[in-house]
Amino acid sequence: MSLCNDPVIRNQWHVICALEDISPRNTHTTLLGESVSFAANTDTTGARAWRTDAPDTSLPVTCAYGYLWTCLGTADKPLFALPEYAEADRRNVCAATVGVRVSAPRAVENFLDMGHFPYVHTGILGEQPHTEVREYDVTVEESTNDVIATRCRFYQPMAAAGADGGMLVEYIYRVPHPYCSVLYKSCPSDESRLDVIALFVQPVTEETIRAHALVSVIDENSTDLSIRMFQQTIFGQDKPILENQFPKRLPLDPRAETPIRADKSAIVYRRWLSDLGITYGVIPAAA
Amino acid sequence: MITLYDYELSGNCYKIRLLLSILGIKYHSHTVEFYPAAEHKAPWFRQINPLGQLPVLQDDDYTLCDSQAIMVYLASRYDSGNSWYPRDDPQRLGSVSRWLAFADSITNSASSARLVEGFFYDFDAVACRAEAHRLFRILDEHLWFNAKSGHHWIVTGDSPTIADIACFPYIMLSEEGSISRQDYPAIRRWSDHVKRIPGFTVMPGIFPAGPAQ
Ligand SMILES: N[C@@H](CCC(=O)N[C@@H](CS)C(=O)NCC(=O)O)C(=O)O
Ligand SMILES: [Fe+2]
Repeated sequence: MSLCNDPVIRNQWHVICALEDISPRNTHTTLLGESVSFAANTDTTGARAWRTDAPDTSLPVTCAYGYLWTCLGTADKPLFALPEYAEADRRNVCAATVGVRVSAPRAVENFLDMGHFPYVHTGILGEQPHTEVREYDVTVEESTNDVIATRCRFYQPMAAAGADGGMLVEYIYRVPHPYCSVLYKSCPSDESRLDVIALFVQPVTEETIRAHALVSVIDENSTDLSIRMFQQTIFGQDKPILENQFPKRLPLDPRAETPIRADKSAIVYRRWLSDLGITYGVIPAAA
Repeated sequence: MITLYDYELSGNCYKIRLLLSILGIKYHSHTVEFYPAAEHKAPWFRQINPLGQLPVLQDDDYTLCDSQAIMVYLASRYDSGNSWYPRDDPQRLGSVSRWLAFADSITNSASSARLVEGFFYDFDAVACRAEAHRLFRILDEHLWFNAKSGHHWIVTGDSPTIADIACFPYIMLSEEGSISRQDYPAIRRWSDHVKRIPGFTVMPGIFPAGPAQ
C-alpha cells in the first residue's frame, strides 16, 4: 500500500471512528495507507490513538462531533468549527459508517451533487420528473476558505427521517475540509432552523474510504434508530454509484470530464482542491 | 399479523421483503440494526433467534428464523396459486430445496466478502470471492442450459419459485464485495427476468429493471 506523501493531507485531522464505537480494547483501522490503533482511555482526552507498529508513541487526537479524529503529520490548525453540534435542542446522531471503494474527493463531490437525487434516492431525496437542478451560487468564502454553495433548492418526497410528505427543500453546502462536507437543509419540523448532515470521509487509501455521517437535527419524534436507518439507506444507495466511477481518483484537470449538468459546485470544489495543492485521492491537473 | 425482524441493508432480509411484496402480504417491519449496533447479537434478540441472525419472521404466535425456511413457510401458507413453492410436483420441489441450500452458500461467500468491504468484518475475503465465483459459474452454466430450452427460471417450469428469490439478493450485491459478474451472461439475463416479476421491489445497492428491450 503506498503511503501518503501529500503534506496538506498528512497535516489534516482525519476521522477514524464514532466515539460511541470506541471500547477499552484496541481496535485497528487504516488511515492514509497506515495501520492505526485506538482505544478508550480514562484520561481527559477520552481516547488514545497510535500507529499500530509504534505503540509507545501517541498520535494527536481530537474528539469532536461524535467522532474521533487523528493526524499522521503535524496538525497545523484545529479541526473546522461546527457550532450547531453544541446547540442544546439538537439530536446529534452518529448515523452511519460504510466502507466504499472510491477516493475521498469523489465521495465529497457526490455529496455536493443534487442532480443524482431523483435517480439514486428515488422517492426519498428526489423523484422523477422533478429532476431539474435550479440555479444556485457557489463561492469560496474569504475568511474561512470554505467552499459554500447557497440557494440550492430541490423537491424532496421525504427530506428526513422525520418528514411526512414532499417539500421544496433549500440547502446550503459547505466544504470546510478537503474530505468533509456539511450540508444545512430546511428542517421539516421547524421552519426557522436548519438540519445539519455532515459527511466525514476517512481516507483509508487513495481509492478506498470509510464514509461517516453525523446527523444533527431538530426532531423530537424520530428515534435514533430511524434517523440512523434513514442515513444508512441513503449511503447504501450511493455506494454502488460511487464504486462504479472511473477513474476512482478525482481528476482535477478542468477538461478531464465533461459535466453532464452545470456542476458548478463540483467545478469550484475541484479548483479549490487544486489551489490547496492536494495530490492524494486526485489526478492532479497537468501543470 | 406478520412482523419481520428486518435490516434494510441485509440481503437475507430483502429476500423476505421481496417475497412479501410479490405475494401482496402486509407486514410490520421491526428494524434490528445489524451494523454498527450489532443488535442481532443482543440478549433480547437471541431470545428470539439463538443463532443471532437476521431475518426472523413472526406470524401471530409462530416464530421462524432462516430466510429460506421463512420463504417456504410464506409461500406454502399464502401463495394460493401454489406456484412459488410447488408442493404438488415432487421433482420441482426437490430442485427448489437444492437451490435454497445453494443460496445459503452464496450468503456464506458473496455476502461475507461484502461484509468485509462495507462493514469491516474480519473474514478471508480472497477465499470468499473465490468460492462465490465457483458458485456463480455453476449457476451461470445451469441458467444458460435452461435458457437454451426456453426456461427463464432457476427451477425449470413456467413460473419463478422461491429459489429465484433466494439466490437473487447476494448475487446482485456481489460487486460490493468486489465480485464482478461480467463473466456470467446467463445470470445477467436471469436477473433481468427477476426484476420484471410483478411486485418486485429494490433495496439500496439493487436497481430496478431498465426499459424493456
Ligand atoms: N441461513 C441464514 C443466514 C442468515 C444470515 O447470515 N444473516 C445475517 C444478516 S444478512 C446475520 O444476521 N449474520 C449474523 C451472524 O451470522 O452472526 C438465512 O438465510 O437466514
Ligand atoms: Fe446520494
